[in-house]
Amino acid sequence: MEKTVNQKAWFLVLPVLVLVAFSAVIPLMTVVNYSVQDTFGNNQFFWAGLEWFEDMLSSQRMWDALARQAIFSAIILAIEIPLGIIVALNMPKRGFWASLCLVLMSLPLLIPWNVVGTIWQIFGRVDIGLLGHTLDALGISYNYTQDIRAAWVTVIVMDVWHWTSLVALLAYAGLQSIPDAYYQAAKIDQASRWAVFRYIELPKMAGVLMIAILLRFMDSFMIYTEPFVVTGGGPGNATTFLSIDLVKMALGQFDLGPAAAFSIMYFLVILLISWVFYTVMVNLDKREGK
Amino acid sequence: MDWMAWTWPTAIFFGIIAMLLITFTILAIKFPETPRVGILRIETTRGDRLFITLLGSAFINLAWLGIVGANQPYALIVCLVYAAAVFRWV
Repeated sequence: MEKTVNQKAWFLVLPVLVLVAFSAVIPLMTVVNYSVQDTFGNNQFFWAGLEWFEDMLSSQRMWDALARQAIFSAIILAIEIPLGIIVALNMPKRGFWASLCLVLMSLPLLIPWNVVGTIWQIFGRVDIGLLGHTLDALGISYNYTQDIRAAWVTVIVMDVWHWTSLVALLAYAGLQSIPDAYYQAAKIDQASRWAVFRYIELPKMAGVLMIAILLRFMDSFMIYTEPFVVTGGGPGNATTFLSIDLVKMALGQFDLGPAAAFSIMYFLVILLISWVFYTVMVNLDKREGK
Repeated sequence: MDWMAWTWPTAIFFGIIAMLLITFTILAIKFPETPRVGILRIETTRGDRLFITLLGSAFINLAWLGIVGANQPYALIVCLVYAAAVFRWV
């Protein structure tokens, strides 16, 4: 029997297209429009060509923010991914304790960003915060509003606290999907704990771990609320990450042109890295499927 | 043209991208193809290669602007060479 071909179903995705156009495509096009023009307000625009891109490419401020952002993302990925795997490996496999662990692990994920920021902002305060006060009592100098190292440690520990559970939950799901037969075969071969991890658990988790890395990278690369609430980008500019700098430029100084050029470059970097992760992920899946 | 602060260059820029997308959609419908593995050792279709070309071209233009800083249109020639290479070998 001939299969009937009917492409009319495509019209059903039209509402989504309209929605995405209004929420993403048209705003993005506006950003491109702003990036080649200058404005003094009053909705009057003057052609500026590629001037803002040139400005931004030679701006030390942007490169510094980019460097801080890259270091931040690298550090939190280097901590959260191994830590998440270790947590997942040590979680109970089934029963009451497994459920309890899952609930406890999901709790930080449910807390809104600005609340996480506020929690840590108060937690770290030397006068009333538990962490700040304890460290102070122990004789360790800790003041995230004045000391660069303390500010970085606070922001990183906060992110680890907030998001390691996501990695752990994903890794746990990957571990749960490994059939018992693999472990039995490993036992027969007298495989060491490391060999079991290296040749059974890690390859089986690779797919979900790539998703975890991709999610954590994108989220950390766009981080705004938490460091903004805790340190406000300070001391000085020490924790001014890309999006904090961008908001300062676009809304604080109302420099729409440079901010738009900045956003486009920021977007391109995210697009490139996400594409690389996505490609690796898809190819991993294909190799596994073979 | 006042709406969204449109200018002719940005309108042309988006027009070209929209046209490329439409052309490649029609090509994909009229002449379906099987993905192939190129020098990046990943499977790519024509659409993937277009994406790699456009993203790469953006970076080529930025690099040209940052390093050379003048004669921006010449960057487009580099992009065309890059596009040909991507469609031939990736």
